[in-house]
Amino acid sequence: MSDHKKEIDHVTGVETTGHEWDGLKELNNPLPRWWVWVWVVTIIWAVGYWVVYPAWPTLSGHTKGTFGWTQYKELEASQAEIFARQSQYLDKFQAASYDQISGDPELYAFAQAGGRALFKNNCALCHGSGAEGSKGYPNLNDDDWLWGGTLADIEHTIRYGIRSSHDEARVSQMPSFGKDAMLEKEEIEKVVDYVLSLSSDEGSAAYAEGAEIFANNCASCHGEDAKGGRDFGAPNLSDAIWLYGGEHEDVYQSVFNAHAGVMPNWEGKLDDNSIRQLTLYVHSLGGGEGVGSAVVEEVSQEEPVLESSPDASEPSQDSVVKETSIDASAEPSVEGVPVATEAATDEPADK
Amino acid sequence: MTTTTADVAPRYNDDVVRLFTIAAVFWGVVGFAVGLLIALQLAFPALNFEPYLNFGRLRPLHTSAVIFAFGGNALFATSYYVVQRTCRVRLWSDGLSLFTFWGYNFFIVIAALGYVLGVTQGKEYAEPEWYADLWLTVVWVAYLLVFMATLIKRKEPHIYVANWFYLAFIITVAVLHLGNGVAIPVSFTEAKSYPVPSGVQSAMIQWWYGHNAVGFFLTAGFLGMMYYFVPKQCGRPVYSYRLSILHFWSLIFIYIWAGPHHLHYTSLPDWAQTLGMTFSIILWMPSWGGMINGMMTLSGAWDKLRTDPVLRFMIISVAFYGMSTFEGPMMSIKAVNSLSHYTDWTIGHVHSGALGWVGFISFGALYYLVPRLWGRDRLYSLKLVNLHLWVATIGIVLYICAMWVSGIMQGLMWKSYDSMGFLDYSFVETVSEMHIYYVIRAMGGVLYLSGALIMVYNFIKTIKGDVRRSEYPEMTSIQKGAEALA
Repeated sequence: MSDHKKEIDHVTGVETTGHEWDGLKELNNPLPRWWVWVWVVTIIWAVGYWVVYPAWPTLSGHTKGTFGWTQYKELEASQAEIFARQSQYLDKFQAASYDQISGDPELYAFAQAGGRALFKNNCALCHGSGAEGSKGYPNLNDDDWLWGGTLADIEHTIRYGIRSSHDEARVSQMPSFGKDAMLEKEEIEKVVDYVLSLSSDEGSAAYAEGAEIFANNCASCHGEDAKGGRDFGAPNLSDAIWLYGGEHEDVYQSVFNAHAGVMPNWEGKLDDNSIRQLTLYVHSLGGGEGVGSAVVEEVSQEEPVLESSPDASEPSQDSVVKETSIDASAEPSVEGVPVATEAATDEPADK
Repeated sequence: MTTTTADVAPRYNDDVVRLFTIAAVFWGVVGFAVGLLIALQLAFPALNFEPYLNFGRLRPLHTSAVIFAFGGNALFATSYYVVQRTCRVRLWSDGLSLFTFWGYNFFIVIAALGYVLGVTQGKEYAEPEWYADLWLTVVWVAYLLVFMATLIKRKEPHIYVANWFYLAFIITVAVLHLGNGVAIPVSFTEAKSYPVPSGVQSAMIQWWYGHNAVGFFLTAGFLGMMYYFVPKQCGRPVYSYRLSILHFWSLIFIYIWAGPHHLHYTSLPDWAQTLGMTFSIILWMPSWGGMINGMMTLSGAWDKLRTDPVLRFMIISVAFYGMSTFEGPMMSIKAVNSLSHYTDWTIGHVHSGALGWVGFISFGALYYLVPRLWGRDRLYSLKLVNLHLWVATIGIVLYICAMWVSGIMQGLMWKSYDSMGFLDYSFVETVSEMHIYYVIRAMGGVLYLSGALIMVYNFIKTIKGDVRRSEYPEMTSIQKGAEALA
């Protein structure tokens, strides 16, 4: 079929190459002009790029380019731009006490912005994007603190962690009453009924036996009135907040096995400024105690910062902390499975 | 010009072409379905079934199924079909070509089983472990032998342009596979192996491979397909012989350099990044040479687009080819790449090439082949071809638009700092923003898969010898029956 006869294509008037395969022929159209020129331009552009940027390997290294550009310089420049934005506040922030920061709307806004970003990238994995917590991970928006809700308390918890590997970590351990045979199963049932009655409408009068077991075994940490104790991170059992669940079975498991959740220490992972920004942010979420929590919203409007703040005074009755869980420091004491293992950075906790 | 299969059947080996055609259609449906599933897994993580059917294991299953199983079988089928007709000789060896069919598909099965069981090299598009790699090497050498020997004993003085592209595809894929597959097994009784190069050298070799898998498997191979089936379907000569020569040689020489653009802003040295980027830009026009030759071949036959949905498939395919070979060089520019890299934009780019170019040119070729391979005068229904065309096109548009928006949004969110110098968004916030686009993308996948199922139905009816009565009113049922028996 390849007759090598060039012919004129009757539709376009263009000559063919004279080849033919399985009925297929080829026209001998020239290269499209625009195609050639655009190609030439891309080549010229590339050559120009090779002149000004690092491009070709040589025996002793590579051509550096007349711009002196490297990707590391570009990285430095863009980081410097971001650091410059922070640095207008950072020196002042570093030198200021919590009181001073709370009194300075601009600094406070800076701390909030930094704290929010840090929280989302470091804490949200366990505590949730909205700090709402989940089973085993305390809600940080309420005023139910396990280890205390003042700025100093919160900073301590963030810095050293709970049952972390740090020497200063907050540590306590609720006994596994069932597993270690300290209480009989029936006794646990009774004390659980009693504990649950504390936060119910029916009252606890009907649970005398449970009350006695409670007094003998639990009150030393959770208090006679079951309102908890921050020295041990012992949750308030008389409210309706439960870190590990408030169903009978949940509480039974907590008493039988006990929990010992872990929060990592952030000292060594975050710098001082970051830890302090986080502290102020967590404190502002809703339950911060003592001074420092004021301002919040007004910041940008430059309103005077009040030290009193809405929640500042209220929750400071330490012992009133409610039951289980809560905050940054949380560590509910019930049952045995360490829930939040060191994971804050890498594994999103399972619930 | 149109020789029916019946005339030449004894002369050409179409048995193996039929096998590859069936395999291509089968794997296509599997690959699209797995793609839909993993798209849904991204939108609804609860659909991950641990451990065998989680995203991490199914993703390579999807990419291998569509690229190597669907695309690969389509390339085998068409290359064997085309090389015989354009050389006017039977395949060099029936036995060896049949071996390539069973051998290649066996490779796909053992690779896929490995993925599901957690066996992987962890190298994108080169996930199969050493034992599957070795087997593929054997099969590929057989393919090269069959193809090359058939070319050598050809009865035409010249080699048709489609065969240049097929041969470049076969040879380069062999080189890439060998270069990137150099690994040492932990032991000969274990699946695990480690690549010989390490660190950035390993990364560079991987993307030299990865980019040229796109360049030679998904571009050169399918350009071979285009160069035969487009002129055949529209009955016109190829637009420009000179352009085909120039863009062929420039494409294969320049493509090989472009790999480093997958490693911008990494520990790969600046100079290598520069070369990858600049050669990607220079590659733009050579890539477009194929588009021009495909499109302009329709000169004098544009009216056929009104009546021929198969030709429409091919031309939309070439249009997508042109679009993604513009988008690719653009995304290789560092300034663009710093926004687009690691985002869904890349996924959208790949799929405009894969669904639009590779998928559509293959569908076009398959619609051309099936009636001819099974000795039918026509497809069961051209209306169903048209339905497939539009359903799939809308699917692609949904897919790539969703990924453009999602990808650019993702890139912008990652880079966003507030006025005080803190990141505006955490990673998980960018993820939750993408949900809606993932749902839209999955809807695009539903459409694309539906189109393929319409094609399967059309093929089954065609092979049975059915024609859709309403489309061929002039045919009596007797004629129809006679045709079915034929």
